[in-house]
Order: sequence, then C-alpha cells, then structure tokens
Amino acid sequence: MATVSTKEIKTRIRSMESTKQITRAMEMVATSKLRHAQTQVVASRPYFEILLETIGGIVSSNADVKSPYLDARPVKRTAYVVMAGDRGLAGGYNSNLFKRYQETAANQETVVLPVGRKAMDFFTARQIPVLPGAAEAGTLSVGDCFSMAKRLCRDYCAGEFDEVYVVYTRFVSVLSQMPQTLRLLPLTPEKTEETRQEMLYEPDCEAVLEAIIPEYLGGVLYGALCESRASEQAARRTAMNAATQNAEEMIDALSLKFNQARQASITQEITEIVAGS
Amino acid sequence: MTAFPLKIVTPDGVRFDGQVEELIVRTTTGDMGILANHTNCVAPLGMGRATVLADGQKRYGACIGGMVSVIDGAVSLVPTTFEWAEDIDVARAERSYERAQKVLEAKSAPEADIRLAQARLYRAMVRKSVASTK
Repeated sequence: MATVSTKEIKTRIRSMESTKQITRAMEMVATSKLRHAQTQVVASRPYFEILLETIGGIVSSNADVKSPYLDARPVKRTAYVVMAGDRGLAGGYNSNLFKRYQETAANQETVVLPVGRKAMDFFTARQIPVLPGAAEAGTLSVGDCFSMAKRLCRDYCAGEFDEVYVVYTRFVSVLSQMPQTLRLLPLTPEKTEETRQEMLYEPDCEAVLEAIIPEYLGGVLYGALCESRASEQAARRTAMNAATQNAEEMIDALSLKFNQARQASITQEITEIVAGS
Repeated sequence: MTAFPLKIVTPDGVRFDGQVEELIVRTTTGDMGILANHTNCVAPLGMGRATVLADGQKRYGACIGGMVSVIDGAVSLVPTTFEWAEDIDVARAERSYERAQKVLEAKSAPEADIRLAQARLYRAMVRKSVASTK
C-alpha cells in the first residue's frame, strides 16, 4: 500500500483540481453565451416566417410565375453551406454535424461553403472544393449572411450549381441539439389549394420574387447560424458539465487513496518503532 | 384617422408592433404611402427613410432592403435593417461614409469593392439624413 507515494497522489489531485477549475469556467462561459444566443434565436424567427409566408403566397396565387429560383433542374453539382463551430471541446457538436453532411452528400459532386473554423479545417483536410469568403462563425453578422446569400443566388443563377443546402444544428432544447439539412434552392413552397385574394405586386411579381428570395435566403442563413451558435454553446455546456463531474469523482477517489496511503505509512512507522524498541 | 396594425420585423427582432395611421416607405420603384384599408400588396424595399404616423406623432426610421406587404389590412414591414432616427449611430455612419468615399475616389479597387463601397455610401447617407430630420 505504501508503495504508492503520497506525494505522487497529491500532485495528481492538484492537477485534477486545476482541470476542474478550467472546465467549470468553460461551463460558466458557455452558459452565459447560451443565454445570449437563445434570445437571438427567438428574435430572428418571425422575420423569415413572414418572408416564407409571402413567397408561398406569391407562388400559390399565380401558378405561371417564372423564376430560376423556383425551377428544379437536373442536378449536376450541389452546394452545401455547412455551419460548424470555431472551437472544439463541445462534445459531439462538430463531429455529429460532419457525419450528417457525409451521410447526405455521399456520392454527390459537391462544393461547400464552410462557416466556422472547424468546418474550414474539415473540408480543406479532405480536399473538398470550398467556396471562398467563409468566416468565423462567432463573429458573423446579419450583413455577412446577406452577402453570403447574394453570392449563392448569383452563382446558382449562373449555373455553378443546381441545388443549395444548408447543414446546421437545430437547437431543440438546452439538452438536445439535432444536426439538420435544409434545402434552400430551388425553392418549393407548399402550394395551398385555396386561392388567395387578389394581390397587387409592385412593380410585378417576378421582380418581387427576384428581390425577396435573396433576402429570404439571407434570413434563413442567419436563422440557421443563430440556431447553430446556440446549439454549440449548449453542447459545450453539457460536455463541460460532465467533465467537471468526472473531475470531482476522480478527486474523491484520489483523496481516499491518499488518506489510505498516509494511514498506511503511519502504521508502518509505528510498527517499526515498536519492533525496534 | 383610421388606424391599422403595423409590424416592423428585422432579423434582429421585432422593432415595432402596434396601431399606426400612416406609413411611408421607399420601395425599389419610389416612395409608397400606405393608409388604412389599403389593397393587398407586396413590394420590395429600396434604401430610404420610413415615416410612421402613430397617434398623430411622426417617427422616422432608416429602412434598408427587404419588403413591405399588406395582407387583409395588416401591414408587415420586413427590412434587412431598420433603425429609428434616435437610435442611429451617427458617428459610425459618418466613418462608414468617409471610408466608402475614399475607396470610390481611389478608383483603383476591384469592381466588387466599388459596388460594396457604393452601397455602403448610400446606406450611410440614408442614416445621416434620417438622423438629422427630427
């Protein structure tokens, strides 16, 4: 028993303690960031709900609308916007997302617009063609999302790719986040059977669609980004919470061992003294 | 005057939700005024000043991009960005204005940068002019 030196155990306890401090601090940071991200998610939702409603209204009220955004064409190349985090240590957050991507994009010719440093690393390491201009997920603003959407629309109309998907992590609750794939283009709003009332389009409905669809995409991308960010923080919080608990358990076990070793060495010393006298 | 419900929603959240008597916004084809009982309509927005008349009080906002829609008498204004005149960061607009002007004067920048600078210049001008009308 006394062969395990008390000093060794003491160093291990101390190192566990500092690890625990770090994980606890990260948990705290994630919790406060999560709160901020959650309010953003809630705030961004009504925006694209209204936009989608309007687009759906246009498409369902006049069947003969012509727009490249609405026509499905044979798919040669597919574009994916993949939203991951900038940092690791968030449990399975990043790897689950990439798994999701690999499942959907298997056997497809793809081009990827990565968002977040982890996504960038993932795709460059696998030599998958990437669209330029992807930034860090943490600092991306509404404006960045809109310029991203504009570029996607332009390239889509130019025929660079025939479908656009976004892969992101949906924030279901603090404890559950789901990686998800959403098709952005071509757009197929649900056609409602009921004919809507007359609607005045200014200047005309093609022009309205032309202007609204990039806006809508920007809104969706921003919404997906908000959801992803909230998911990342929630995943990190859970992971760090588990890490802190593990560290605590380990410290308890080590303290027990330390006390036993200390007791054993005292007993041995006494035995030696008694035997010597 | 008869009032109608107006909602101003941006990606950052709801900016206004209430009854107003009149709304004037800049669409891509020019200014458009909306009063109560307007016919159903949709129009994309340009960049410009939005005027909201609520309880006989006029309020101004810098309204950029997006669209306005009237459905069954309810008006939704969904701009890309929207700031009330009193919330505009004038110093920031001023800085953005100067930066954009420098790019445009240099004329050496690539075409994409020039387009961006023009848009930025225009946005800054809208914000500055809206902030100065009280």
